[in-house]
Amino acid sequence: MSVTALAPYAFKPSDVRENFPAPLLYFGWEDHLLFCAPVCLPLPPDTPFGALASAVLPGVYGYHPDFAKIDWMQVEWFKSGKPWTPDPSKSLTDNGLKHKDVIRFRTPGLSGIKGSFS
Amino acid sequence: MDTTLAKKKLGLKDRYAAMTRGLGWETTYQPMDKVFPYDKYEGIKIHDWDKWQDPFRLTMDAYWKYQGEKEKKLYAVIDAFAQNSGQLGISDARYVNALKLFITGVSPLEYCAHRGFAHVGRQFTGEGVRVAAQMQSIDELRHYQTQAHTLSNYNKYFNGIHHSNHWFDRVWYLSVPKSFFEDAMTGGPFEFLTAVSFSFEYVLTNLLFVPFMSGAAHNGDMSTVTFGFSAQSDESRHMTLGMECIKFMLEQDPGNVPIVQRWIDKWFWRGYRLLSLVAMMQDYMLPKRVMSWKEAWEMYAEANGGALFKDLARYGIREPAGWKQACEGKDHISHQTWNTFYNYNAAAPFHTWVPNDDELAWLSEKYPTTFDQHYRPRLEFLREQQQAGNRFYNKTLPMLCTTCQIPMQFTEEGDASKICYRESDYQGDKYHFCSDGCKDIFDHEPEKFVQSWLPVHQIYQGNCFKPGTDPTAEGFDPLLAVLQYYEMEIGRDNFDFEGSEDQKNFAAWKGASV
Repeated sequence: MSVTALAPYAFKPSDVRENFPAPLLYFGWEDHLLFCAPVCLPLPPDTPFGALASAVLPGVYGYHPDFAKIDWMQVEWFKSGKPWTPDPSKSLTDNGLKHKDVIRFRTPGLSGIKGSFS
Repeated sequence: MDTTLAKKKLGLKDRYAAMTRGLGWETTYQPMDKVFPYDKYEGIKIHDWDKWQDPFRLTMDAYWKYQGEKEKKLYAVIDAFAQNSGQLGISDARYVNALKLFITGVSPLEYCAHRGFAHVGRQFTGEGVRVAAQMQSIDELRHYQTQAHTLSNYNKYFNGIHHSNHWFDRVWYLSVPKSFFEDAMTGGPFEFLTAVSFSFEYVLTNLLFVPFMSGAAHNGDMSTVTFGFSAQSDESRHMTLGMECIKFMLEQDPGNVPIVQRWIDKWFWRGYRLLSLVAMMQDYMLPKRVMSWKEAWEMYAEANGGALFKDLARYGIREPAGWKQACEGKDHISHQTWNTFYNYNAAAPFHTWVPNDDELAWLSEKYPTTFDQHYRPRLEFLREQQQAGNRFYNKTLPMLCTTCQIPMQFTEEGDASKICYRESDYQGDKYHFCSDGCKDIFDHEPEKFVQSWLPVHQIYQGNCFKPGTDPTAEGFDPLLAVLQYYEMEIGRDNFDFEGSEDQKNFAAWKGASV
């Protein structure tokens, strides 16, 4: 469907890739809703995927007592909600990630504060 | 000799006719369609504008008289409140944060409504609806002004009340109410009335005004209560306008029904999402509680709204598409929204806190199936951390819903452990949503919502720093730069209530120690 309007209605989208210094990626940590919502980060496309666990996510989620217990070998990744196996040695781009993609990760065995999914 | 004959006074009905229909005319220099270009393109067909009935039959002369009388009473109370230092009589300084939410998030909407009704009050061809919309436009301006005056006494004593207009156009959470109204105002005049007069004023307004005004009464804030009374008769007129507008459209042409139904689906959902702010206020920000959000929802939405949609069924209108999801959300949204403000309290100009033990017990009692399981452990953990000097502030900007612009905090229906993610692809880009309701709204008008001014994205685009800021400078702190752009008083307006200037001042005025 489209907008009902009196005159031709076409405007530039506000959030296209070229409006940002780096593409945006969204991250959500499943079962850990102490963090109220997924987060949004601009990340250079040549960042190795493996750097997320070592350099990016600790700054985002390190406050949570479960974070230090994560076994990154066991982590399950999801892209747009579908199971997905990234290659940590390859870049974000080479893993097929594009502007405004959403990635979720599940850490088996860790279910938040007192098992409350927080 | 001529004798002056006193003219016979017109009766109410004739006077109403003279002061509404009698003020219009068929234009001759220009065709009517060119003079009133906006009230046809939405597809709503009107065959007879004279079928519009205003049950109040209010005319401008009577309007000025009533409003003038109410105004005198209100300002007498506001003056007395200030002279008697009424701010010292409130239950607790935490209460003032509900007022901060009101003056930043609700009062500017009154001003938006004033603008919106001024616009549609010019654009309808029918005089009856034009006059009603013009009166509502003046009401809304009056509400905005009287709210600012009512709360100005608090501004002398508490932080976070000094800059609401500036914040409305900039601060992240205020893009939620702002975008709601900008969406309505950029629709056509019939959509605007369905959005604001019907879906918001008629279906949902009790959930906005009753919690704030009875919250004020329970917490010793007589000036805000008096404002509420002063606005109440206006509100009932506004609700009637909403209902009249819906029935008028539905009765004029059967082709109007599906258009109106889609607007009701859209605007019920947008209004419901906006009310998340009220839900958290009601459950978390009132030191003396009135009723829970869940109870208010059951009374005002489920009972009253259920009856309303049964009544509209004879026109072929069903309950809004997101109704069941909204009813399911009554157990969750207040807790989820409070958590968001607790997370991002560094960037919001009011305080948050963890409820005390009595308040946690009240929440357990009001939310027996969800609170202890999902929300209490989190709050107790946050309290432990806060008391240990490790108060949690989320420092990474959240992902926002493209439509309602609320951080993606809401969970799947029936599973409060899973955030609800929805997405659409449009012209090669992904767009994300918090719910089916918000996704449907986008999918119907993607050209509109690709323009959403999402605060998080705007910050990353570099549009939320003061002129002259250099984001490439060494040691650049983006959060600090954003707060400077907001013109928040850092350390006074924001952060936890514990240790705040508000808390210390109020305790000192009351002769207590913190």
